[in-house]
Amino acid sequence: MIDRSGVTDAFRTEWPRLVATLVRETGDLQLAEDVAQEAFFEAAKRWERDGIPDRPGAWLLTTARRKAIDGSRRSKRMRDRLPDLHARSRLDADVSPNQLIDDQLALLLGCCHPAIAPDAQVALTLRIVGGLSTAQIARAFLVSEQTMTRRISRSKAKIRGAHIAFRPVDLETLLDRLPAVCGVIYSIFTEGHASAAHASLVRGDLCDEAVWLAGLLDELVPDDPEVAGLLALVLLVDARRDARIDEDGMPVILADQDRTRWNRAEIDRGLDALSRAHRHGAAGPYQLQAAINALHTSAASFAETDWQGVVALYDALMLRRPTAIVALNRAIAVAEADGAAEGLHAIDAIAEADDLRDDLADYPYLHSSRGELLARLGRPLEAVAAFDCALAACDNDAERAHLRLRRASVAACA
Amino acid sequence: MNYMLLLYAAEDAGPQPGSPEQAAQMQEWFAYSAALEKSGALVAGEPLQGSETATTVRVRNGDTVLTDGPFAETKEVLGGFYMIDVDDLDAALDWAARIPLAPYGSVEVRPLMELPPR
Repeated sequence: MIDRSGVTDAFRTEWPRLVATLVRETGDLQLAEDVAQEAFFEAAKRWERDGIPDRPGAWLLTTARRKAIDGSRRSKRMRDRLPDLHARSRLDADVSPNQLIDDQLALLLGCCHPAIAPDAQVALTLRIVGGLSTAQIARAFLVSEQTMTRRISRSKAKIRGAHIAFRPVDLETLLDRLPAVCGVIYSIFTEGHASAAHASLVRGDLCDEAVWLAGLLDELVPDDPEVAGLLALVLLVDARRDARIDEDGMPVILADQDRTRWNRAEIDRGLDALSRAHRHGAAGPYQLQAAINALHTSAASFAETDWQGVVALYDALMLRRPTAIVALNRAIAVAEADGAAEGLHAIDAIAEADDLRDDLADYPYLHSSRGELLARLGRPLEAVAAFDCALAACDNDAERAHLRLRRASVAACA
Repeated sequence: MNYMLLLYAAEDAGPQPGSPEQAAQMQEWFAYSAALEKSGALVAGEPLQGSETATTVRVRNGDTVLTDGPFAETKEVLGGFYMIDVDDLDAALDWAARIPLAPYGSVEVRPLMELPPR
């Protein structure tokens, strides 16, 4: 669709505001979504002809309120709501900034409610807050539109049937539920960033969506270290997006990336968010991961990276989130800081740790990292065996191609 | 002696919502309830919403763990019930997590069906 109306620009900001306001006013998620959509259709027609109104948010809300009244007149089930809808339509259509914050936060918390299945939380957040169509979400997660429609409507039925409330919460509840919201946004980002099961390595649309959602959450909750940490993390990782893939769609490892292709504007925004996170003096997992990525993005080259600093940050992260993947990334940093032999030692220690071992048995990066370090230590036969293990565990086509290349070049030295 | 009658059925068995068969069956439900009431045996009875509206609450190591969907651990057996009237699901989940069985068992939280006034 060629857009001369300015609706597309307004959509990003105004969609979640409009839906959130309507949810508060009507208490009905489906109605809010339907009339918000109708209001945007109307805007696409009218704004092209008449120009963008002075206060697009108020225009959209007035239009959506009228659509809600029209719709309720036609439906027997909804008719008893008309007096309330009429009363609302006489209220000021300029919603105060504080109210907009409360409403949008209530919308995000509702979509990420822990009584909703995790995959449905992700889908609902993209649909209701992000305004993506069900077809777009289905494409991004590589499932049929029918499957995604079912997933979303099932969770809406639960919200309605079980009375999951979309309303502002007190500070204690907010702090309790923020990690779930951060988790949903981060899982959207990782799904876009490295989709292990699929042929294409980066799905930028999901990365864009996650960066935008993290920015929105940071606007709504500007004084939480982990919210700022999450925003910093997704920006600093996303800044390297273009450099991670070569012209043939093959992955490019950090050491080989062309650092001039990193997105400076995103790095600056990420560093700014990180310094805001730092001010709270409370380092959580997102902030620590962002700090690690900040050391990467501020190094002039792979060799000049502050590897001791990276290892120290991974040590801090291990205290808070002792997972096998964190341990593996730490081991890879140890190899750069203290040499390949120390790194290999650290990787093999993961396989011996009772609480970590099981997570990593089929994880291709463990084997490929071992392969790289063994090759560096002049042990090509063992390295080839490690790459074979990695290939057996990997189901991403682009990464498999990369692993085969590495295996062949190591095998040539044997 | 009080007895509790627990009603189980596959969700795709029996008359489906909105069908003429279901409308006919409603009369059977009303007749049955009326007979129970008339006999003086009825203490309470309510229809529940479908399992897709269920949330299972468990408390493990002091943390409340929520799962979307009904409880499905065949080793656990139904041990009792509470019926509560609160504003929304969050309030119901809070009460569920405080049940003394929650640290070692499961509490399925299911909304009652809201029947239109007869």
